[in-house]
Amino acid sequence: MAGLAVPRGGILTVTGLLYTIPSLALLPILPVLLGTPIFSEINLILALTIYAIALMVRSVSDGLGSVDPSVRMSATAMGYGAGRRFWAVDFPLAGPVILAGLRVTAVSTIALATVGALIGVTNLGYLFTNGSQRRIIPEVLAGIVAVVIIALVIDGLLILAGRALMPWSRAQRRRARRGALPLEVAVA
Amino acid sequence: MNLFAEAIAWIFSGNPGAGLAPIPVALGQHLWFTFVSVLVAALIAVPLGWLIGHTGKGRDIAVAISGAARAIPSFGLLILLFLLLGVLRTTEAAIITFVLLAIPSILAGAYTGFEAIDRKVIDAAQAMGMTQWQILWRVEVPLGLSLLVAGLRSATLQVVATVTIAAFINLGGLGQYILAGIPLRRFEIVLGGALLVAALALVLDGVFALLQRASVPAGIRAAQSHHSVPQRSASARTAAVGAS
Repeated sequence: MAGLAVPRGGILTVTGLLYTIPSLALLPILPVLLGTPIFSEINLILALTIYAIALMVRSVSDGLGSVDPSVRMSATAMGYGAGRRFWAVDFPLAGPVILAGLRVTAVSTIALATVGALIGVTNLGYLFTNGSQRRIIPEVLAGIVAVVIIALVIDGLLILAGRALMPWSRAQRRRARRGALPLEVAVA
Repeated sequence: MNLFAEAIAWIFSGNPGAGLAPIPVALGQHLWFTFVSVLVAALIAVPLGWLIGHTGKGRDIAVAISGAARAIPSFGLLILLFLLLGVLRTTEAAIITFVLLAIPSILAGAYTGFEAIDRKVIDAAQAMGMTQWQILWRVEVPLGLSLLVAGLRSATLQVVATVTIAAFINLGGLGQYILAGIPLRRFEIVLGGALLVAALALVLDGVFALLQRASVPAGIRAAQSHHSVPQRSASARTAAVGAS
């Protein structure tokens, strides 16, 4: 995708616009558009998937775009075909940026899922709605702490997976992302 | 699909029914909360972000705090502050939540705007004998403006989304139609409210897209079109600057 300017712009515009729609608005619109049951958790899963796609499309595109063109040309000069070059050169080098995007996506999705409690999906967000109605501060606080712990554990696992799968990433990451906006800022 | 027609009819009926506030009033509340919160957040985050961008110090702390802030569910934070401050201070609880939510994006927009500037430009300004203040106001601020606007855009959209959720603590705004319609099983009201919120977010996004384009200094715009640099998003542009 990095090399194709027109689809890149088009796809990123569409995913960016979808990301712009507030979650509490998207949640009731989806069942009407798709015919899913109104209080089903399918709608929450679909909405979170749409937001995650918006973030990931951007980060994969940025990752592939951040590959040094001279590296790509060297690979071509060494006789790599387009497919082999993509899997053996572009994709591994884009890996750290994609992983950074995946971490942002995972953490923000975990936090956002709590909004589902407002449309009748029972998850940790229930501690917020129930705690609010019954005015139990520790219940709400427990919900926040639980969400943050899950997010941090998943984030930690992603970091470990990245280190195991991409031992080359640490040297490269800082340089590549410096001066780039955080993902949520860039995607909207 | 029939529900869409009913929802549109509800929007234009002029009377939301079910004891709910008229749509213009709810829209006004929604915009007011968004505007005040983003303004307060900008007053805090812009000077701080410029300081980080100008001195190059404190960036790692800002990145770490912004990263950790992502994990906090804003819905939970809103309710926690609402319970802590009490029913009489609902507005304050909401605005504090929105401000905290908006700060990371604006901060990031402010300092990445400075970071994305070619160091040679700063060196040239210094060589011309500009003072630090002159470099800040006449070089860094104008050149960093478009990324700052990108940060404000993202912050505004996040706040608009969270103001919707804030209807849960009786704050008003457009979210009240979604949340009030669900227990009443008046799904035309729920969908109508959702469509209004989505439309508001898309309109604000469009306004900021125009502002972002207008905030690129004329000299830079001329240079970009001259070298036929593809006009991509701010992030792709800066990522390219950072990698080169």
